[in-house]
Amino acid sequence: MEILMAFVIGILFMCATYLMLSKSLLRIIVGTGLLSHGAHLLILTMGSLKRGAVPLLGENASSYTDPIPQALILTAIVISFGVTAFFLVLAYRAYQELGTDNMDKMRGNKGND
Amino acid sequence: MSLLHLAIISPFLLGILVPIMYKLLRRIHAGWFVLPLPIFLFIYFLSYIPITSNQQTVIKSIAWIPTLGIDFTVKVDGLGLLFALLITGIGSLVVLYSIYYLSKDKEQLNTFYVYLLLFMGAMLGVVLSDNLIVLYTFWELTSFSSFLLIGYWYDREKSRYGAQKSMLITVFGGLSMLGGIILLYLMTGTFSISEIIQQSNGILTNPLFIPAMLCILLGAFTKSAQFPFHIWLPDAMEAPTPVSAYLHSATMVKAGLYLVARMSPIFAENGLWVWLVAGFGIVTLFWGSFSAVKQTDLKGILAFSTVSQLGMIMSLLGIGGAALHFDSINDSYFSVATVAAVFHLINHATFKGSLFMVAGIVDHETGTRDIRKLGGLMHFMPITFTIAIIGTFSMAGLPPFNGFLSKEMFFTAMVRVLEIGFFNLETWGVLFPVIAWVASIFTFVYSMILVFKTFTGKFQPEKLAKKPHEAPIGMLISPIILACLVIIIGFFPNLLSNTIIAPAVAAIMPNFKVDVHISFWHGFTTELFMTLGVIVLGVLLYKTFPKWRKVYKLFPEKFSLNRLYNSILDVSQRASRTITNRYLTGFSRTYLLYLFAFFIIILSTTLFVKDAFIIKTNNVSSIHISEAILALVISIGAISIIFAKSRLTSIILLGAVGYTVSIFFVLFRAPDLALTQLAIETISVALFLLCFYHLPKLKKREERMRFRITNAVISVGVGAIVTMIALSAHSNKLFDSIAQYYVDNTYEKAAGKNMVNVILVDFRGFDTMFEITVLAIAALGIFGMIKLRLEGGKKNENQ
Repeated sequence: MEILMAFVIGILFMCATYLMLSKSLLRIIVGTGLLSHGAHLLILTMGSLKRGAVPLLGENASSYTDPIPQALILTAIVISFGVTAFFLVLAYRAYQELGTDNMDKMRGNKGND
Repeated sequence: MSLLHLAIISPFLLGILVPIMYKLLRRIHAGWFVLPLPIFLFIYFLSYIPITSNQQTVIKSIAWIPTLGIDFTVKVDGLGLLFALLITGIGSLVVLYSIYYLSKDKEQLNTFYVYLLLFMGAMLGVVLSDNLIVLYTFWELTSFSSFLLIGYWYDREKSRYGAQKSMLITVFGGLSMLGGIILLYLMTGTFSISEIIQQSNGILTNPLFIPAMLCILLGAFTKSAQFPFHIWLPDAMEAPTPVSAYLHSATMVKAGLYLVARMSPIFAENGLWVWLVAGFGIVTLFWGSFSAVKQTDLKGILAFSTVSQLGMIMSLLGIGGAALHFDSINDSYFSVATVAAVFHLINHATFKGSLFMVAGIVDHETGTRDIRKLGGLMHFMPITFTIAIIGTFSMAGLPPFNGFLSKEMFFTAMVRVLEIGFFNLETWGVLFPVIAWVASIFTFVYSMILVFKTFTGKFQPEKLAKKPHEAPIGMLISPIILACLVIIIGFFPNLLSNTIIAPAVAAIMPNFKVDVHISFWHGFTTELFMTLGVIVLGVLLYKTFPKWRKVYKLFPEKFSLNRLYNSILDVSQRASRTITNRYLTGFSRTYLLYLFAFFIIILSTTLFVKDAFIIKTNNVSSIHISEAILALVISIGAISIIFAKSRLTSIILLGAVGYTVSIFFVLFRAPDLALTQLAIETISVALFLLCFYHLPKLKKREERMRFRITNAVISVGVGAIVTMIALSAHSNKLFDSIAQYYVDNTYEKAAGKNMVNVILVDFRGFDTMFEITVLAIAALGIFGMIKLRLEGGKKNENQ
């Protein structure tokens, strides 16, 4: 499973990179979204998958999956959400002020027209 | 702190006081406040003569940075004292001269004297420091104050050009010298010159020895305007004439000579040192005297003449070093060159100082320094003419002035080069006396041009800005004193020999007993005939100068060193601008490409160089069919975002990927993650849609992403690298997780059953606190962006 996941993560990173290299600001933000999905899955995969029960002691299982990567991912999800939200509003404001979402046209004051 | 330290620091202290006194007492010329200090210092240093002439040295030290072995150690020996006397003595005369030369009303005298005092203190520091780092500090201070003085008339374009040029070249050399100092420290473990000299035998075979020598020599050559670094000196003539007289003839340009002399006991046992110093010196001597002849500006002639004389002293120091190379040969055989070098150092300071002052007087009284406009000034300025005659005849090496004596000794030394037996010098060495002789002829010619074109010939009043007349007596005092010295040393050279020259030579060559006796008459020797030849040919060439002037046209300006220097500056500026513009495109896409490309190159090289890429399957869990389908779904979802034509589709696909991720979290037994992911993905998609909704109408034209091959290659590379690293990292697990501790203690110690939550708020609660902070900042930032725009934005629009 880990090997399959490594390829899935690779594809996510690949698509994210391609989107981030595009001109449209919205696509770039979509790319960052994909990138954080890839990173979260990578953390989980590296902590080994499906070794035991859900990390709740009530399960009374003999082994549990590793709780540490899960805690790390939870933190990462929240932080990336905060950043994405900020970035989106920034993009929204940029549309309003500059009237474009083309990155090539956002070059100082001269390039606006 | 001893009196010696105070003597070095006193110019700096006075430099602080000068502007205050200048502002308080505007009616008195600021130079009068400065004048007593160099006179007093000169007398103070004279009191050391009895000590040094007994071959004694005075060493005083105060700690500066003791942990790094850097102490402000002052050492007075014959060589240091000679320079200190030159600096303070000529310094006094130059200050006196400048009082009459610079106008009290038109010039900013406070800055001038502050710079001059800064220079004087720095120069004293250079020649008296025993610690190499302290020496380097003062060395750079001389470069810096020289820069300030050359650019004194900063509203002139040429002054700024000259100042920048001299700064670039001397600081280049200075930095290289610092490198040499550090190499010396690495070999010997000390910065003290005296201690390094004691260890000099041990470092001869060290592999760092030659690099250290080359670095130090580069510093000395740039400072002393040796070929091909002499080009800054003629441009430094834009400085006021007292500065040219002081810095660019008598003191600063001799700092390089001082350094070579000081370092000779360390390096001269290697033949390369002798060869390099003498070789560069003799080339500089020839090129300087050859170029001086074609100059039409008085100070231009003097500048190239200085270059040439510095080369002569340098070559003498090199040949003197041969004495250290051959310990066995008769001691005084090559050391005559060192004696000649020291003697000529003094002579040059006297006559060149006076000649610069003469040039300044001519400029001051006629308004021009161009020899094509000057002529026939003899009758207007008889005293100046007399001084000029004495100075130039001494420079040309005519009896009975002091230049004659040093030139004779110079020829003696050059003839002896024939007997130095290394680096093929016994065959190539014949070039030395020949070049020296030819250069002396040119020296004779430009000396004659200098004096006779200015003071004799046809008087051309229509070309002069002012009506010429004799200079005020105050301006004449300094050159008269120097001219008197020229004659006194010429007639009684042995006044100096045991008091000043012998101790200085002893400092350059510590283990030799040198008998210094300068005699007027050698008998009918080779040297005498060489001098006669110089005079005869020189007169001939001077008379026919207009006919062979054309020779100089053979060397077009295109190939001059100045041209090279300018084009190096120009090309480096243009190249850096072109390169910068080439890669700093201003498109964020380009920068991302660099980042990703670098990421790929670095990581893949590391992976394959370290042979780290492996896949092990013994450690992996099984694949359920549902998981395989999910993996397929998420991959298809991600890939189709790229091909999505409309933005709405891509947002919905991103949402689909997010929800698939949360289903993965369910399958991989992470319920908290699944919950959070679901909630957050929903909000994110809503936000995306908000942005989408507000897209300007005009731009809503939907289009597919344009395909770019570089983007595709880079992104495939990034994906592949991430996959490979993930696989290798997973296959290379070196130790187990620390999870067991949390499993054991979640209930025991933290009273919770949900391990993830307990970790978040209990075991690793700090992370959570700052994650909350991140969210708070994001919320405030968003609020600020939306709220604060209204006022600011409208204001901008109204304008």
